[in-house]
Amino acid sequence: MRYAAPNTEGSKVHYKDKYGNFINGELVPPIKGQYFENISPVTGKPFCQIARSTKEDVEKALDAAHAAKTAWGKTSPADRAAVLNKVADVMQANLEMLAVSETWDNGKPIRETLAADLPLAIDHFRYFAGVLRAEEGSMAELDENTVAYHVKEPLGVVAQIIPWNFPLLMAAWKLAPALAAGNCVVLKPAEQTPATILLFAELVANVIPKGVLNIVNGFGVEAGKPLAESPRVSKVAFTGETTTGRLIMQYASENLIPVTLELGGKSPNVFFADVMDKDDDFRSKALEGFAMFALNQGEVCTCPSRALIQKSIYGAFLDRAVTRTKQTEPGDPLDTSTKLGAQASNDQLEKILSYIDIGKKEGAKILTGGERVKLGGDLAGGYYVSPTIFEGHNKMRIFQEEIFGPVVSVTSFDGYDDAIAMANDTLYGLGAGVWTRNVHTAYRAARAIQAGRVWTNCYHLYPAHAAFGGYKQSGIGRENHKMMLSHYQQTKNILVSYDEKPMGFF
Amino acid sequence: MSDVDALDRVEATEAAIELIRRLRALHGELMFHQSGGCCDGSSPMCYPKGGFKIGMRDVRIGSVDGCDYFVGGAQWETWKHTRLTLDVVPGRGGGFSLEAPEGVRFLVRSDLCEVP
Repeated sequence: MRYAAPNTEGSKVHYKDKYGNFINGELVPPIKGQYFENISPVTGKPFCQIARSTKEDVEKALDAAHAAKTAWGKTSPADRAAVLNKVADVMQANLEMLAVSETWDNGKPIRETLAADLPLAIDHFRYFAGVLRAEEGSMAELDENTVAYHVKEPLGVVAQIIPWNFPLLMAAWKLAPALAAGNCVVLKPAEQTPATILLFAELVANVIPKGVLNIVNGFGVEAGKPLAESPRVSKVAFTGETTTGRLIMQYASENLIPVTLELGGKSPNVFFADVMDKDDDFRSKALEGFAMFALNQGEVCTCPSRALIQKSIYGAFLDRAVTRTKQTEPGDPLDTSTKLGAQASNDQLEKILSYIDIGKKEGAKILTGGERVKLGGDLAGGYYVSPTIFEGHNKMRIFQEEIFGPVVSVTSFDGYDDAIAMANDTLYGLGAGVWTRNVHTAYRAARAIQAGRVWTNCYHLYPAHAAFGGYKQSGIGRENHKMMLSHYQQTKNILVSYDEKPMGFF
Repeated sequence: MSDVDALDRVEATEAAIELIRRLRALHGELMFHQSGGCCDGSSPMCYPKGGFKIGMRDVRIGSVDGCDYFVGGAQWETWKHTRLTLDVVPGRGGGFSLEAPEGVRFLVRSDLCEVP
């Protein structure tokens, strides 16, 4: 079936012409009155206007957050958890509407937003509602009269800068632990995908207390920067790339505040020879694991964009992998049978094409794809790329840099040691995949690869309660797990003497 | 910062130079830092000169219209067999790069070159 396009008859989504910022529980116009056109990558055409905010709007949001922080920080865990569960319930009740909007704003297929983005985001709020209830401090008896109590306290007001590849899900990854821990948030969505989070904000306006969640839209340089460098935030969380990550750390160093960063990767997907031992479900699963480089149009920080295949099966496995990949072509993102949608923006499309160009110049061979796809009708102006397989070697730039498109670079390895050396020959360490029928190889390889998440005989699963974050230049911190709560908390130590006698120092 | 004097590995298209001049009129002297990683990564970031603190291992690989162009040292190791051409395309911006409000995005195109 095909969902009707937003703003057309029968659609689940009807946008307003203009959206302001969500501050203190309501949508308010930007102070300078400026807006920008929000474009759908599905068609390449604008569909609503979004606040082009400035420092003044950021300050207004920070005012609201600071006014709300004491009450929210003192709200009981039971009541905070109830709010998070209610957010999840409201999202569940509006799942299709939010999914259609996310598809329209980002370009990803509706099949994915219905089955992954929304259910995962909903579960994320429920997960943090749950772990919040089970959280407790500690008590240590240092001697018979001296006791150290450790109590978790919120940081206060935190800044969160959200990427455009999973706009609502990445917001949920950051919001749920921050709100659970009792913080107030000023959130800056990506300017490529600002719309769905505003529909979300309208839905939860009466669920989350005023001022606890504030959303300021606009360009990075005009709205994101003043937020990231503000001395009024106690922490900055950012998902994006390395230069902005470093810049955020530079600002944080001036304010002496913590950051959590998720900055991408160049994830190896390692196929050991025994995956080809039998023609069975497991072999099919491994081929699926290869082809998932095109999931979300390759716009995933953990895109398995380097496939390393053991030499003894290289030709046989790769032939099948190419055939499997060719089964997926870009199509109408609103059609539920489409597996591959549009790249999120024109500049993203151009960047992918520039990498396909340098791949060719470096002598890598294209086994399939390698070009922009022009779809017909309303989709003619959209940003579509066919899944692309390059064959080359690990020193090529297409093996070393995140392309953030449906492009995989394939090479072979001789044995275990060669596989691990090549897997680790990268600046990054966010995700990795290991495929083998041998449990010993699986465990050894998973431990040897320097990455925060090693999918073993699976890929691209993002359940709550499995920690996600980077080694090396891929960032700092672990999202998606209760340990993220501690990234949004202070530890208060209360050191108490129950001895009535003087201490005897003076 | 490593200032490898001989490095002159960045050129710019006319459109990129025209954009640099427009941004310079708005923001003063400029600089570039080549990003890596996800989302808006693998793309150049344009800042007011000094807006990004250059580190000990950053490498200056050239300049475009008088603006220094830097890359992180480890990243440059994987790029040094290429020459970059700074271009500009219609886009939605990225990171805190200055050109976003103009509705365009800087982009690098690459060619192979001899490694000295």
